[in-house]
Amino acid sequence: MHRPVPQPELTQQAITDEIAELHRHEGDAAASAGTPLAAHPRRDFAPYRSTTLRHPTHELVRADPEEIELVSPAFGHTDVSAEEGDLTIQHRGEPLGERIIVTGRVLDGDGRPVRNQLIEIWQANASGRYVHKRDQHPAPLDPNFTGVGRVITGDDGSYRLTTIKPGAYPWKNHRNAWRPAHIHFSFFGSAFTQRLITQMYFPGDPLFALDPIYQSIVDPAARERLVARYDHDVTEPEWALGYRWDVVLTGPKSTWMEPEDADHA
Amino acid sequence: MPDPTSPEAFDATDLPGAEQHPDGHRGSLGQTPSQTVGPFFGYALPYDGGPDVRAPWQSDAIRLHGIVFDGAGDPVPDAVIEIWGADASGRPSTERGAFDGDQHGFAGFGRAAVDRDGRYSFTTIKPGAMREGSAPYLLVAVFARGVLHHLFTRAYFGDEAEANAADPLLARVDESRRDTLVAAADAPGSYRFDVRLQGDGETVFLDYGTEV
Repeated sequence: MHRPVPQPELTQQAITDEIAELHRHEGDAAASAGTPLAAHPRRDFAPYRSTTLRHPTHELVRADPEEIELVSPAFGHTDVSAEEGDLTIQHRGEPLGERIIVTGRVLDGDGRPVRNQLIEIWQANASGRYVHKRDQHPAPLDPNFTGVGRVITGDDGSYRLTTIKPGAYPWKNHRNAWRPAHIHFSFFGSAFTQRLITQMYFPGDPLFALDPIYQSIVDPAARERLVARYDHDVTEPEWALGYRWDVVLTGPKSTWMEPEDADHA
Repeated sequence: MPDPTSPEAFDATDLPGAEQHPDGHRGSLGQTPSQTVGPFFGYALPYDGGPDVRAPWQSDAIRLHGIVFDGAGDPVPDAVIEIWGADASGRPSTERGAFDGDQHGFAGFGRAAVDRDGRYSFTTIKPGAMREGSAPYLLVAVFARGVLHHLFTRAYFGDEAEANAADPLLARVDESRRDTLVAAADAPGSYRFDVRLQGDGETVFLDYGTEV
């Protein structure tokens, strides 16, 4: 294994071409095997250069979940206060930017609500800057915005957050690389093996086609599940624009049987 | 068809992924895809007491610690590790307050960001075995920049040789890789569990049927 040499002149076009090639390859492979495209990203997705040395090369080993893998930590209202769901009231003044409401439901693969579970979010401010000491993007910090929130889902799996629409920001994957605006979300399901950390995007972002992280999901229908939908019924007059984003956490399969001719992993 | 009088039944046809199943039957919603945790989680995900699943002063506290390495053998400085384990009798905790931890309690869940040298450290309880014939272990989830979908593994315990020898999951893993799932007892009440994302000694990562 060797480190990839820095490629300061790696162009967007080169990354875009790599993405197209991988999508074509995955599509052909799925078609010839007669299997659907995976919903989750490929862990080995070279256009996102940081995956190069950080993806396992061995097949994952199929494990039969035991009890700990079929239940989840118990979070509750003692863990999270109601104010943590509003990222615009954490400081003395109002943050700058476009105030938004993000709401939706968290469900399992059978459509059952994921009740009383923890959602954590973090994001850049309206200028595309994170409150993180390693973020060197020369965009202003907002003294009235941290960009961290937490909420517990309701009995119907619903959640509701008030925040500021984050800005796009540059990163160093390749020359002139920009991430589409996104909010990081962390979910716990009713089983720990449903755990999910992901990113929610905003509709119509022109950076989607260029972004190797978003495009690491090779199934276009699955990619679209990360894009919130503008919902005028969520929008509040004279106050904030509304987005709706539902999330599905499919469960562990415990009925697995070892095939007769199973190879050792 | 779902029973429409059930409080859990509702029209699922407008939900993500439902378009793939025009008959709208249940059990068919499309999984929301994962994305990397990215580099900037450090001010958001870690919380006070996150690594102390069991207060270190408790007599039954053990330490689980290690380093996360990449495929070049270099430490990964921007990973976050979560553990989830049963209590000493092998039962998952149902205590609420996994975040707002009680020093006398045990909620079973812990989270630790690695330091600049890729090191993490937890204190917790050594769990009991959950099944007859299974060895005790902690479930471990690994998130990092450059990891597009988190990885699950298990930390078994090096001083449980007899139980480990009989464990069905360990038995299925190629012998040359089995040790990557076993935390070595490196001091009294302390276990070392390194995570190698790729390459020599690559950790065995697990699929629970959620790799969809």
